[in-house]
Amino acid sequence: MKHGCLIILALSLIIAGCKEIVDPNEPTGFLQIKGSDTMVNAVQMVSEEFMKKYPHVFVAVTGGGSGVGIASLINKTCNIAAASREMKPKEIEMANKRGVLPKEIVVAFDGVAVVVNSKNPIDRLTISDLHKIFTGEIKNWSELGGKTLSIVTLSREVSSGTYEYFKEEVVRLGDKKSKKEFSPQTLLLTSSQAIVEEVSNNESAIGYMGMGYTSNRTKALMVSKNSEYYPPDVENVQKRTYPLSRPLYFYTNGEPEGITKLFIDFTLSPKGQEQFKETGFVPLKTDATEKN
Amino acid sequence: MLQKKISEYIIETLIKLSGLIVIGFVFLIFIFLLKDSLSLFGVYNISSFLFGTHWEPVSEPPKFGVIPLLVGSVYVTLIAILICVPIGVGTAMFIAEVAPPSIKHVLKASVEILASIPSVVLGFIGITWLGPFLKTTFYLPTGMCGLTGSLLLSFMALPTIISISEDAIVGVPKNYKEAAYGLGATRWQALWRIILPAASSGIIAAIMLGVGRVIGETMVVLMVTGNSPVIPASILQPLRTLTATVAGEMGETVSGSDHYFALFAVGLVLFIITFLVNFSAESFLRRARK
Repeated sequence: MKHGCLIILALSLIIAGCKEIVDPNEPTGFLQIKGSDTMVNAVQMVSEEFMKKYPHVFVAVTGGGSGVGIASLINKTCNIAAASREMKPKEIEMANKRGVLPKEIVVAFDGVAVVVNSKNPIDRLTISDLHKIFTGEIKNWSELGGKTLSIVTLSREVSSGTYEYFKEEVVRLGDKKSKKEFSPQTLLLTSSQAIVEEVSNNESAIGYMGMGYTSNRTKALMVSKNSEYYPPDVENVQKRTYPLSRPLYFYTNGEPEGITKLFIDFTLSPKGQEQFKETGFVPLKTDATEKN
Repeated sequence: MLQKKISEYIIETLIKLSGLIVIGFVFLIFIFLLKDSLSLFGVYNISSFLFGTHWEPVSEPPKFGVIPLLVGSVYVTLIAILICVPIGVGTAMFIAEVAPPSIKHVLKASVEILASIPSVVLGFIGITWLGPFLKTTFYLPTGMCGLTGSLLLSFMALPTIISISEDAIVGVPKNYKEAAYGLGATRWQALWRIILPAASSGIIAAIMLGVGRVIGETMVVLMVTGNSPVIPASILQPLRTLTATVAGEMGETVSGSDHYFALFAVGLVLFIITFLVNFSAESFLRRARK
Protein backbone atom coordinates (compact mmCIF):
# COMPACT_ATOMS: atom_id res chain seq x y z
CA MET A 1 0.00 0.00 0.00
CA LYS A 2 2.84 2.36 0.86
CA HIS A 3 4.35 1.76 -2.55
CA GLY A 4 1.04 2.39 -4.23
CA CYS A 5 0.78 5.80 -2.58
CA LEU A 6 4.30 6.66 -3.64
CA ILE A 7 3.62 5.69 -7.25
CA ILE A 8 0.44 7.77 -7.34
CA LEU A 9 2.33 10.71 -5.87
CA ALA A 10 5.11 10.35 -8.43
CA LEU A 11 2.64 10.07 -11.31
CA SER A 12 0.73 13.13 -10.24
CA LEU A 13 4.00 15.06 -10.02
CA ILE A 14 4.93 13.96 -13.53
CA ILE A 15 1.55 14.97 -14.90
CA ALA A 16 1.65 18.28 -13.05
CA GLY A 17 5.16 18.88 -14.38
CA CYS A 18 3.89 18.72 -17.94
CA LYS A 19 1.64 21.70 -17.48
CA GLU A 20 3.38 24.93 -18.13
CA ILE A 21 2.08 28.39 -17.63
CA VAL A 22 1.64 29.86 -21.08
CA ASP A 23 0.84 33.40 -22.07
CA PRO A 24 -2.80 33.14 -23.22
CA ASN A 25 -2.02 35.16 -26.36
CA GLU A 26 0.65 32.69 -27.47
CA PRO A 27 -0.52 30.16 -30.05
CA THR A 28 -0.51 26.64 -28.68
CA GLY A 29 -1.50 23.27 -30.02
CA PHE A 30 -0.51 20.30 -32.07
CA LEU A 31 -0.20 20.14 -35.84
CA GLN A 32 0.05 16.92 -37.79
CA ILE A 33 1.48 17.17 -41.31
CA LYS A 34 1.54 14.03 -43.40
CA GLY A 35 2.36 13.14 -46.95
CA SER A 36 4.93 13.58 -49.67
CA ASP A 37 8.31 11.95 -49.13
CA THR A 38 9.72 14.37 -51.65
CA MET A 39 8.77 17.29 -49.43
CA VAL A 40 9.34 15.70 -46.03
CA ASN A 41 12.83 17.13 -45.45
CA ALA A 42 11.85 20.62 -46.54
CA VAL A 43 8.65 20.61 -44.46
CA GLN A 44 10.60 19.26 -41.49
CA MET A 45 12.99 22.21 -41.74
CA VAL A 46 10.13 24.68 -42.06
CA SER A 47 8.48 23.15 -38.98
CA GLU A 48 11.70 23.38 -36.96
CA GLU A 49 12.00 27.08 -37.79
CA PHE A 50 8.31 27.48 -37.03
CA MET A 51 8.69 25.84 -33.61
CA LYS A 52 11.60 28.15 -32.84
CA LYS A 53 9.29 31.09 -33.43
CA TYR A 54 6.22 29.59 -31.73
CA PRO A 55 7.64 27.28 -29.06
CA HIS A 56 4.22 26.20 -27.78
CA VAL A 57 3.00 24.76 -31.05
CA PHE A 58 4.17 21.24 -31.65
CA VAL A 59 4.45 20.20 -35.29
CA ALA A 60 4.81 16.55 -36.29
CA VAL A 61 5.91 15.84 -39.87
CA THR A 62 5.60 12.35 -41.35
CA GLY A 63 6.29 11.09 -44.85
CA GLY A 64 4.92 8.00 -46.53
CA GLY A 65 3.97 9.50 -49.86
CA SER A 66 1.49 12.05 -51.19
CA GLY A 67 -1.17 9.36 -51.33
CA VAL A 68 -0.69 8.73 -47.62
CA GLY A 69 -1.11 12.43 -46.86
CA ILE A 70 -4.23 12.79 -48.98
CA ALA A 71 -5.75 9.61 -47.57
CA SER A 72 -5.19 10.81 -44.03
CA LEU A 73 -6.67 14.22 -44.86
CA ILE A 74 -9.77 12.39 -46.06
CA ASN A 75 -9.68 10.16 -42.97
CA LYS A 76 -9.25 13.33 -40.87
CA THR A 77 -6.05 12.16 -39.23
CA CYS A 78 -3.88 15.11 -40.23
CA ASN A 79 -4.20 18.90 -40.34
CA ILE A 80 -2.17 19.46 -43.47
CA ALA A 81 -1.49 17.00 -46.28
CA ALA A 82 1.74 17.63 -48.18
CA ALA A 83 1.46 16.47 -51.76
CA SER A 84 3.72 16.53 -54.77
CA ARG A 85 0.74 16.02 -57.08
CA GLU A 86 -2.74 17.42 -57.47
CA MET A 87 -5.63 15.63 -55.82
CA LYS A 88 -7.47 13.40 -58.26
CA PRO A 89 -11.15 14.13 -58.95
CA LYS A 90 -11.97 10.75 -57.43
CA GLU A 91 -10.19 11.67 -54.20
CA ILE A 92 -11.95 15.03 -54.02
CA GLU A 93 -15.26 13.28 -54.49
CA MET A 94 -14.40 10.81 -51.75
CA ALA A 95 -13.34 13.68 -49.45
CA ASN A 96 -16.57 15.60 -50.06
CA LYS A 97 -18.55 12.51 -49.22
CA ARG A 98 -16.93 12.52 -45.78
CA GLY A 99 -17.45 16.23 -45.27
CA VAL A 100 -13.88 17.20 -46.04
CA LEU A 101 -13.45 20.17 -48.38
CA PRO A 102 -9.85 20.12 -49.60
CA LYS A 103 -8.23 23.51 -50.12
CA GLU A 104 -5.14 23.61 -52.29
CA ILE A 105 -2.12 25.86 -51.61
CA VAL A 106 0.99 25.87 -53.80
CA VAL A 107 4.02 26.13 -51.51
CA ALA A 108 7.03 25.62 -53.81
CA PHE A 109 8.18 24.20 -57.12
CA ASP A 110 10.14 21.09 -57.88
CA GLY A 111 11.70 19.43 -60.89
CA VAL A 112 11.54 15.65 -61.09
CA ALA A 113 15.16 14.67 -61.70
CA VAL A 114 15.97 11.54 -63.69
CA VAL A 115 19.14 10.04 -62.27
CA VAL A 116 21.65 7.43 -63.38
CA ASN A 117 24.92 6.09 -61.98
CA SER A 118 27.85 8.48 -62.36
CA LYS A 119 29.69 5.85 -64.43
CA ASN A 120 26.90 5.82 -67.02
CA PRO A 121 28.16 7.72 -70.10
CA ILE A 122 24.67 8.97 -70.99
CA ASP A 123 23.94 12.49 -69.74
CA ARG A 124 20.83 13.52 -71.68
CA LEU A 125 17.59 11.89 -72.81
CA THR A 126 14.33 12.98 -74.38
CA ILE A 127 10.95 12.43 -72.77
CA SER A 128 10.18 9.86 -75.45
CA ASP A 129 13.40 7.96 -74.62
CA LEU A 130 12.34 7.95 -70.97
CA HIS A 131 8.90 6.76 -71.98
CA LYS A 132 10.41 3.84 -73.87
CA ILE A 133 12.75 3.00 -71.00
CA PHE A 134 10.09 3.00 -68.30
CA THR A 135 7.50 1.10 -70.34
CA GLY A 136 10.09 -1.55 -71.18
CA GLU A 137 10.36 -0.82 -74.93
CA ILE A 138 14.06 -0.08 -74.61
CA LYS A 139 15.76 -2.73 -72.50
CA ASN A 140 19.46 -2.10 -73.01
CA TRP A 141 21.61 0.99 -72.57
CA SER A 142 23.35 0.19 -75.88
CA GLU A 143 20.15 1.14 -77.74
CA LEU A 144 20.68 4.67 -76.47
CA GLY A 145 24.40 4.74 -77.23
CA GLY A 146 25.54 3.60 -73.79
CA LYS A 147 27.27 0.48 -72.53
CA THR A 148 25.87 -2.99 -73.24
CA LEU A 149 24.00 -3.37 -69.97
CA SER A 150 20.37 -4.20 -69.46
CA ILE A 151 18.44 -1.30 -67.99
CA VAL A 152 17.09 -1.56 -64.45
CA THR A 153 14.22 0.88 -63.98
CA LEU A 154 13.52 2.15 -60.48
CA SER A 155 10.30 3.72 -59.37
CA ARG A 156 8.71 4.83 -56.14
CA GLU A 157 5.85 2.91 -54.50
CA VAL A 158 2.30 3.56 -55.73
CA SER A 159 1.64 5.83 -52.71
CA SER A 160 4.13 8.36 -54.03
CA GLY A 161 2.98 11.57 -55.70
CA THR A 162 6.15 11.56 -57.75
CA TYR A 163 5.13 8.11 -59.01
CA GLU A 164 1.75 9.45 -60.14
CA TYR A 165 3.34 12.52 -61.70
CA PHE A 166 5.94 10.47 -63.55
CA LYS A 167 3.29 8.04 -64.74
CA GLU A 168 1.16 10.88 -66.13
CA GLU A 169 3.98 12.80 -67.78
CA VAL A 170 6.37 10.09 -68.95
CA VAL A 171 4.70 6.69 -69.02
CA ARG A 172 1.45 8.12 -70.40
CA LEU A 173 3.07 11.15 -72.07
CA GLY A 174 0.46 13.48 -70.61
CA ASP A 175 -2.38 11.70 -72.38
CA LYS A 176 -5.26 11.41 -69.91
CA LYS A 177 -6.87 8.56 -71.81
CA SER A 178 -3.73 6.46 -72.00
CA LYS A 179 -3.77 3.18 -70.08
CA LYS A 180 0.00 2.64 -70.21
CA GLU A 181 1.68 1.34 -67.06
CA PHE A 182 5.24 1.13 -65.83
CA SER A 183 6.91 -2.00 -67.17
CA PRO A 184 6.19 -4.74 -64.62
CA GLN A 185 9.93 -5.33 -64.25
CA THR A 186 10.25 -1.92 -62.63
CA LEU A 187 11.44 -2.05 -59.03
CA LEU A 188 9.16 -0.21 -56.63
CA LEU A 189 11.26 1.27 -53.84
CA THR A 190 9.91 2.69 -50.62
CA SER A 191 11.72 6.01 -50.53
CA SER A 192 13.66 8.49 -52.62
CA GLN A 193 16.69 7.68 -50.50
CA ALA A 194 16.43 4.00 -51.47
CA ILE A 195 16.53 5.09 -55.12
CA VAL A 196 19.64 7.16 -54.44
CA GLU A 197 21.29 4.13 -52.79
CA GLU A 198 20.48 1.77 -55.63
CA VAL A 199 21.46 4.21 -58.41
CA SER A 200 24.76 5.04 -56.74
CA ASN A 201 25.56 1.32 -56.42
CA ASN A 202 24.24 0.10 -59.74
CA GLU A 203 25.63 1.11 -63.09
CA SER A 204 22.61 -0.09 -65.04
CA ALA A 205 19.94 1.62 -62.92
CA ILE A 206 17.80 4.61 -63.80
CA GLY A 207 15.41 6.24 -61.37
CA TYR A 208 13.55 9.46 -60.68
CA MET A 209 12.90 11.66 -57.67
CA GLY A 210 12.40 15.24 -56.54
CA MET A 211 15.39 17.45 -57.33
CA GLY A 212 15.95 17.95 -53.59
CA TYR A 213 17.44 14.47 -53.47
CA THR A 214 20.05 14.97 -56.20
CA SER A 215 23.65 14.97 -55.04
CA ASN A 216 27.08 14.14 -56.37
CA ARG A 217 26.45 10.44 -55.64
CA THR A 218 24.17 10.22 -58.66
CA LYS A 219 24.04 11.93 -62.04
CA ALA A 220 20.93 13.93 -62.93
CA LEU A 221 20.17 13.76 -66.65
CA MET A 222 19.35 16.70 -68.88
CA VAL A 223 15.89 16.19 -70.31
CA SER A 224 14.26 17.57 -73.44
CA LYS A 225 10.67 17.55 -74.58
CA ASN A 226 11.00 19.05 -78.03
CA SER A 227 14.51 20.06 -78.94
CA GLU A 228 16.57 21.76 -76.24
CA TYR A 229 17.98 19.79 -73.29
CA TYR A 230 17.74 21.34 -69.84
CA PRO A 231 19.17 20.21 -66.50
CA PRO A 232 16.89 20.07 -63.43
CA ASP A 233 18.10 23.20 -61.67
CA VAL A 234 16.46 26.16 -59.94
CA GLU A 235 16.64 28.42 -62.98
CA ASN A 236 15.09 25.99 -65.44
CA VAL A 237 12.35 24.89 -63.10
CA GLN A 238 11.48 28.54 -62.42
CA LYS A 239 11.32 29.32 -66.12
CA ARG A 240 9.44 26.03 -66.72
CA THR A 241 11.95 25.13 -69.42
CA TYR A 242 12.82 21.87 -67.64
CA PRO A 243 10.05 19.60 -68.92
CA LEU A 244 9.38 17.74 -65.66
CA SER A 245 8.64 20.80 -63.51
CA ARG A 246 5.73 20.74 -61.10
CA PRO A 247 4.29 22.61 -58.15
CA LEU A 248 4.30 21.21 -54.61
CA TYR A 249 1.10 21.52 -52.60
CA PHE A 250 -0.35 21.72 -49.14
CA TYR A 251 -3.95 20.58 -48.72
CA THR A 252 -6.11 21.54 -45.77
CA ASN A 253 -9.69 20.75 -44.82
CA GLY A 254 -11.55 23.96 -45.70
CA GLU A 255 -9.97 27.40 -45.37
CA PRO A 256 -6.98 27.10 -43.03
CA GLU A 257 -7.53 28.73 -39.66
CA GLY A 258 -5.84 28.97 -36.28
CA ILE A 259 -2.40 27.40 -36.04
CA THR A 260 -2.88 25.68 -39.41
CA LYS A 261 -3.15 29.11 -41.02
CA LEU A 262 -0.23 30.32 -38.96
CA PHE A 263 1.90 27.48 -40.25
CA ILE A 264 0.91 27.99 -43.87
CA ASP A 265 1.57 31.73 -43.66
CA PHE A 266 4.95 30.93 -42.18
CA THR A 267 5.68 28.46 -45.01
CA LEU A 268 4.88 31.12 -47.60
CA SER A 269 6.94 33.77 -45.77
CA PRO A 270 10.54 34.42 -46.89
CA LYS A 271 11.85 32.45 -43.91
CA GLY A 272 9.74 29.41 -44.84
CA GLN A 273 10.57 29.65 -48.54
CA GLU A 274 14.27 29.80 -47.68
CA GLN A 275 14.00 26.29 -46.17
CA PHE A 276 12.64 24.95 -49.45
CA LYS A 277 15.51 26.57 -51.30
CA GLU A 278 18.04 25.14 -48.86
CA THR A 279 16.72 21.59 -49.30
CA GLY A 280 17.08 21.87 -53.06
CA PHE A 281 13.62 23.00 -54.17
CA VAL A 282 12.52 26.12 -55.95
CA PRO A 283 10.79 28.86 -53.93
CA LEU A 284 7.63 30.49 -55.24
CA LYS A 285 9.17 33.88 -56.00
CA THR A 286 12.64 34.46 -57.37
CA ASP A 287 13.37 37.42 -55.18
CA ALA A 288 11.69 36.15 -52.01
CA THR A 289 14.79 34.52 -50.61
CA GLU A 290 17.35 36.85 -52.09
CA LYS A 291 16.19 39.76 -49.96
CA ASN A 292 17.35 38.03 -46.81
CA MET B 1 -8.89 -22.70 4.85
CA LEU B 2 -11.90 -21.04 3.31
CA GLN B 3 -9.84 -18.01 2.41
CA LYS B 4 -7.36 -20.25 0.65
CA LYS B 5 -10.12 -21.89 -1.33
CA ILE B 6 -11.59 -18.58 -2.39
CA SER B 7 -8.26 -17.17 -3.49
CA GLU B 8 -7.52 -20.36 -5.37
CA TYR B 9 -10.87 -20.11 -7.12
CA ILE B 10 -10.24 -16.50 -8.10
CA ILE B 11 -6.81 -17.23 -9.47
CA GLU B 12 -8.10 -20.23 -11.38
CA THR B 13 -10.86 -18.18 -12.96
CA LEU B 14 -8.44 -15.42 -13.90
CA ILE B 15 -6.11 -17.85 -15.62
CA LYS B 16 -8.99 -19.46 -17.42
CA LEU B 17 -10.23 -16.05 -18.48
CA SER B 18 -6.88 -14.95 -19.90
CA GLY B 19 -6.74 -18.17 -21.91
CA LEU B 20 -10.21 -17.56 -23.29
CA ILE B 21 -9.40 -13.92 -24.08
CA VAL B 22 -6.46 -14.97 -26.28
CA ILE B 23 -8.65 -17.39 -28.20
CA GLY B 24 -11.27 -14.69 -28.46
CA PHE B 25 -8.74 -12.25 -29.92
CA VAL B 26 -7.65 -14.67 -32.62
CA PHE B 27 -11.25 -15.32 -33.50
CA LEU B 28 -12.10 -11.61 -33.59
CA ILE B 29 -9.11 -10.83 -35.80
CA PHE B 30 -10.28 -13.52 -38.20
CA ILE B 31 -13.82 -12.15 -38.26
CA PHE B 32 -12.49 -8.64 -38.77
CA LEU B 33 -10.33 -9.68 -41.73
CA LEU B 34 -13.11 -11.77 -43.19
CA LYS B 35 -15.66 -8.98 -42.93
CA ASP B 36 -13.53 -6.41 -44.77
CA SER B 37 -12.35 -8.95 -47.35
CA LEU B 38 -15.91 -9.92 -48.15
CA SER B 39 -16.63 -6.27 -48.90
CA LEU B 40 -14.08 -6.54 -51.72
CA PHE B 41 -15.68 -9.63 -53.17
CA GLY B 42 -18.95 -7.74 -53.41
CA VAL B 43 -17.43 -5.51 -56.09
CA TYR B 44 -14.54 -7.59 -57.35
CA ASN B 45 -14.73 -11.14 -58.63
CA ILE B 46 -13.24 -13.59 -56.11
CA SER B 47 -11.72 -15.82 -58.77
CA SER B 48 -9.98 -12.88 -60.46
CA PHE B 49 -8.57 -12.05 -57.03
CA LEU B 50 -7.37 -15.58 -56.29
CA PHE B 51 -6.15 -16.44 -59.78
CA GLY B 52 -5.40 -13.01 -61.26
CA THR B 53 -1.81 -12.54 -62.34
CA HIS B 54 -1.71 -8.73 -62.28
CA TRP B 55 -1.51 -6.54 -59.19
CA GLU B 56 -2.20 -2.98 -60.37
CA PRO B 57 -4.16 -1.40 -57.53
CA VAL B 58 -4.07 2.25 -58.66
CA SER B 59 -4.78 1.74 -62.36
CA GLU B 60 -8.12 2.36 -63.99
CA PRO B 61 -9.75 -0.17 -63.66
CA PRO B 62 -7.70 -1.63 -60.80
CA LYS B 63 -6.48 -5.22 -60.96
CA PHE B 64 -6.18 -7.12 -57.70
CA GLY B 65 -4.59 -10.42 -58.73
CA VAL B 66 -2.95 -12.03 -55.74
CA ILE B 67 -0.92 -14.67 -57.61
CA PRO B 68 2.29 -12.63 -58.16
CA LEU B 69 2.34 -11.70 -54.47
CA LEU B 70 1.63 -15.25 -53.36
CA VAL B 71 4.33 -16.67 -55.61
CA GLY B 72 6.73 -14.01 -54.35
CA SER B 73 6.06 -14.92 -50.73
CA VAL B 74 6.32 -18.66 -51.36
CA TYR B 75 9.53 -18.25 -53.36
CA VAL B 76 11.28 -16.15 -50.73
CA THR B 77 10.13 -18.43 -47.90
CA LEU B 78 11.14 -21.63 -49.65
CA ILE B 79 14.67 -20.46 -50.41
CA ALA B 80 15.08 -18.97 -46.94
CA ILE B 81 14.07 -22.29 -45.36
CA LEU B 82 16.37 -24.26 -47.68
CA ILE B 83 19.23 -22.05 -46.51
CA CYS B 84 18.49 -21.96 -42.80
CA VAL B 85 17.32 -25.52 -42.04
CA PRO B 86 20.69 -27.27 -42.56
CA ILE B 87 22.52 -24.52 -40.70
CA GLY B 88 19.93 -24.31 -37.93
CA VAL B 89 19.58 -28.05 -37.30
CA GLY B 90 23.35 -28.49 -37.55
CA THR B 91 23.89 -25.78 -34.95
CA ALA B 92 21.24 -27.32 -32.71
CA MET B 93 22.94 -30.73 -32.94
CA PHE B 94 26.28 -29.16 -32.14
CA ILE B 95 24.94 -27.22 -29.16
CA ALA B 96 22.97 -30.15 -27.76
CA GLU B 97 25.38 -33.03 -28.22
CA VAL B 98 28.86 -32.08 -29.31
CA ALA B 99 29.93 -28.72 -27.93
CA PRO B 100 31.83 -28.51 -24.64
CA PRO B 101 29.96 -26.49 -21.98
CA SER B 102 31.97 -23.29 -22.41
CA ILE B 103 31.35 -23.06 -26.17
CA LYS B 104 27.74 -24.09 -25.59
CA HIS B 105 27.09 -21.04 -23.41
CA VAL B 106 28.69 -18.65 -25.87
CA LEU B 107 26.73 -20.16 -28.76
CA LYS B 108 23.42 -20.05 -26.94
CA ALA B 109 23.97 -16.44 -25.98
CA SER B 110 24.87 -15.45 -29.52
CA VAL B 111 21.79 -17.19 -30.92
CA GLU B 112 19.73 -15.11 -28.53
CA ILE B 113 21.48 -11.94 -29.68
CA LEU B 114 20.74 -12.93 -33.28
CA ALA B 115 17.06 -13.09 -32.37
CA SER B 116 17.17 -9.58 -30.99
CA ILE B 117 18.50 -7.83 -34.11
CA PRO B 118 15.69 -5.53 -35.32
CA SER B 119 14.55 -6.38 -38.82
CA VAL B 120 15.08 -2.80 -40.04
CA VAL B 121 18.75 -3.14 -39.24
CA LEU B 122 18.94 -6.30 -41.34
CA GLY B 123 17.16 -4.37 -44.09
CA PHE B 124 19.85 -1.69 -43.98
CA ILE B 125 22.55 -4.32 -44.27
CA GLY B 126 20.65 -5.76 -47.22
CA ILE B 127 20.41 -2.45 -49.07
CA THR B 128 23.90 -1.18 -48.48
CA TRP B 129 25.98 -4.33 -48.43
CA LEU B 130 24.34 -7.68 -49.25
CA GLY B 131 22.42 -6.45 -52.32
CA PRO B 132 25.44 -4.87 -54.03
CA PHE B 133 27.53 -7.91 -53.06
CA LEU B 134 25.09 -10.37 -54.67
CA LYS B 135 24.81 -8.12 -57.70
CA THR B 136 28.53 -8.25 -58.42
CA THR B 137 28.85 -11.93 -57.48
CA PHE B 138 26.08 -13.23 -59.73
CA TYR B 139 26.36 -10.48 -62.41
CA LEU B 140 22.78 -9.44 -61.74
CA PRO B 141 21.18 -6.31 -63.15
CA THR B 142 20.23 -5.37 -59.58
CA GLY B 143 20.90 -6.60 -56.05
CA MET B 144 17.31 -5.92 -55.03
CA CYS B 145 16.06 -9.43 -55.61
CA GLY B 146 14.42 -12.39 -53.92
CA LEU B 147 17.70 -13.98 -52.88
CA THR B 148 18.75 -10.93 -50.85
CA GLY B 149 15.47 -11.17 -48.97
CA SER B 150 15.78 -14.95 -48.54
CA LEU B 151 19.27 -14.71 -47.07
CA LEU B 152 18.26 -12.06 -44.55
CA LEU B 153 15.07 -13.92 -43.66
CA SER B 154 16.96 -17.15 -43.11
CA PHE B 155 19.03 -15.17 -40.64
CA MET B 156 15.86 -14.18 -38.84
CA ALA B 157 14.45 -17.70 -38.73
CA LEU B 158 17.67 -19.25 -37.44
CA PRO B 159 17.14 -18.49 -33.72
CA THR B 160 13.66 -20.06 -33.76
CA ILE B 161 14.85 -23.17 -35.55
CA ILE B 162 17.98 -23.55 -33.43
CA SER B 163 16.38 -23.21 -30.02
CA ILE B 164 13.35 -25.42 -30.70
CA SER B 165 15.38 -28.15 -32.44
CA GLU B 166 17.87 -28.05 -29.59
CA ASP B 167 15.05 -28.58 -27.10
CA ALA B 168 13.83 -31.50 -29.16
CA ILE B 169 17.28 -33.10 -29.31
CA VAL B 170 17.93 -32.63 -25.59
CA GLY B 171 14.48 -34.11 -24.92
CA VAL B 172 15.39 -37.47 -26.48
CA PRO B 173 15.61 -40.00 -23.60
CA LYS B 174 19.18 -40.68 -22.43
CA ASN B 175 18.84 -44.44 -22.65
CA TYR B 176 18.45 -44.28 -26.45
CA LYS B 177 21.92 -42.84 -26.71
CA GLU B 178 23.33 -45.20 -24.10
CA ALA B 179 21.85 -48.19 -25.89
CA ALA B 180 23.39 -47.03 -29.16
CA TYR B 181 26.81 -46.63 -27.57
CA GLY B 182 26.37 -50.02 -25.93
CA LEU B 183 25.90 -51.59 -29.36
CA GLY B 184 29.17 -50.03 -30.45
CA ALA B 185 27.85 -47.02 -32.36
CA THR B 186 30.18 -44.07 -32.80
CA ARG B 187 29.10 -40.65 -31.59
CA TRP B 188 28.16 -39.57 -35.14
CA GLN B 189 26.20 -42.77 -35.78
CA ALA B 190 24.26 -42.34 -32.55
CA LEU B 191 23.52 -38.71 -33.34
CA TRP B 192 22.56 -39.22 -36.97
CA ARG B 193 20.77 -42.58 -36.82
CA ILE B 194 19.22 -42.57 -33.36
CA ILE B 195 18.86 -39.15 -31.81
CA LEU B 196 17.92 -37.17 -34.91
CA PRO B 197 15.10 -39.53 -35.99
CA ALA B 198 13.82 -39.64 -32.42
CA ALA B 199 13.74 -35.83 -32.33
CA SER B 200 12.33 -35.48 -35.85
CA SER B 201 8.83 -34.32 -34.92
CA GLY B 202 10.25 -31.56 -32.77
CA ILE B 203 12.65 -30.54 -35.53
CA ILE B 204 9.85 -30.45 -38.11
CA ALA B 205 7.83 -28.30 -35.73
CA ALA B 206 10.85 -26.00 -35.41
CA ILE B 207 11.05 -25.73 -39.19
CA MET B 208 7.33 -24.98 -39.47
CA LEU B 209 7.60 -22.23 -36.87
CA GLY B 210 10.56 -20.89 -38.84
CA VAL B 211 8.38 -20.87 -41.96
CA GLY B 212 5.71 -18.97 -40.06
CA ARG B 213 8.27 -16.42 -38.97
CA VAL B 214 9.66 -15.97 -42.48
CA ILE B 215 6.39 -15.71 -44.35
CA GLY B 216 5.04 -13.09 -41.97
CA GLU B 217 8.16 -10.92 -41.93
CA THR B 218 7.57 -7.55 -43.53
CA MET B 219 10.22 -4.90 -43.10
CA VAL B 220 13.15 -6.77 -44.58
CA VAL B 221 11.33 -7.88 -47.72
CA LEU B 222 9.81 -4.44 -48.21
CA MET B 223 13.27 -2.91 -48.10
CA VAL B 224 15.35 -5.33 -50.15
CA THR B 225 13.31 -7.37 -52.64
CA GLY B 226 12.58 -4.61 -55.13
CA ASN B 227 8.78 -5.05 -54.89
CA SER B 228 8.02 -5.53 -58.60
CA PRO B 229 4.62 -7.18 -58.80
CA VAL B 230 5.65 -9.75 -61.41
CA ILE B 231 5.62 -13.52 -61.18
CA PRO B 232 9.33 -14.13 -60.73
CA ALA B 233 10.99 -16.65 -63.03
CA SER B 234 13.90 -17.11 -60.63
CA ILE B 235 14.93 -16.14 -57.13
CA LEU B 236 17.49 -13.78 -58.62
CA GLN B 237 14.73 -11.48 -59.86
CA PRO B 238 12.95 -8.73 -57.98
CA LEU B 239 9.65 -9.83 -56.48
CA ARG B 240 6.88 -8.58 -54.21
CA THR B 241 5.53 -10.44 -51.19
CA LEU B 242 2.09 -10.39 -49.56
CA THR B 243 3.37 -8.65 -46.45
CA ALA B 244 5.32 -5.97 -48.34
CA THR B 245 2.20 -5.18 -50.36
CA VAL B 246 0.06 -4.58 -47.31
CA ALA B 247 2.77 -2.55 -45.56
CA GLY B 248 3.69 -0.55 -48.63
CA GLU B 249 0.19 0.35 -49.72
CA MET B 250 -1.91 0.51 -46.56
CA GLY B 251 -1.01 4.11 -45.73
CA GLU B 252 -2.33 5.59 -48.93
CA THR B 253 -5.66 3.86 -49.12
CA VAL B 254 -8.76 5.68 -48.06
CA SER B 255 -10.61 3.49 -45.59
CA GLY B 256 -13.63 2.01 -47.31
CA SER B 257 -12.19 2.06 -50.85
CA ASP B 258 -11.79 -1.07 -52.98
CA HIS B 259 -8.03 -0.93 -52.63
CA TYR B 260 -8.39 -0.87 -48.84
CA PHE B 261 -10.57 -3.96 -48.85
CA ALA B 262 -8.20 -5.66 -51.31
CA LEU B 263 -5.37 -5.23 -48.82
CA PHE B 264 -7.54 -6.82 -46.15
CA ALA B 265 -8.12 -9.73 -48.48
CA VAL B 266 -4.35 -10.05 -48.91
CA GLY B 267 -4.08 -10.00 -45.13
CA LEU B 268 -6.66 -12.77 -44.93
CA VAL B 269 -4.70 -14.92 -47.37
CA LEU B 270 -1.61 -14.36 -45.25
CA PHE B 271 -3.49 -15.15 -42.05
CA ILE B 272 -4.79 -18.43 -43.47
CA ILE B 273 -1.30 -19.43 -44.60
CA THR B 274 0.35 -18.68 -41.25
CA PHE B 275 -2.54 -20.33 -39.44
CA LEU B 276 -2.09 -23.55 -41.42
CA VAL B 277 1.67 -23.49 -40.95
CA ASN B 278 1.44 -22.91 -37.21
CA PHE B 279 -1.32 -25.46 -36.87
CA SER B 280 0.78 -28.16 -38.50
CA ALA B 281 3.77 -27.12 -36.37
CA GLU B 282 1.61 -27.52 -33.30
CA SER B 283 0.42 -30.97 -34.31
CA PHE B 284 4.02 -32.08 -34.91
CA LEU B 285 5.01 -30.71 -31.52
CA ARG B 286 2.19 -32.62 -29.89
CA ARG B 287 3.34 -35.81 -31.57
CA ALA B 288 6.88 -35.08 -30.39
CA ARG B 289 5.73 -34.85 -26.79
CA LYS B 290 4.02 -38.22 -26.86
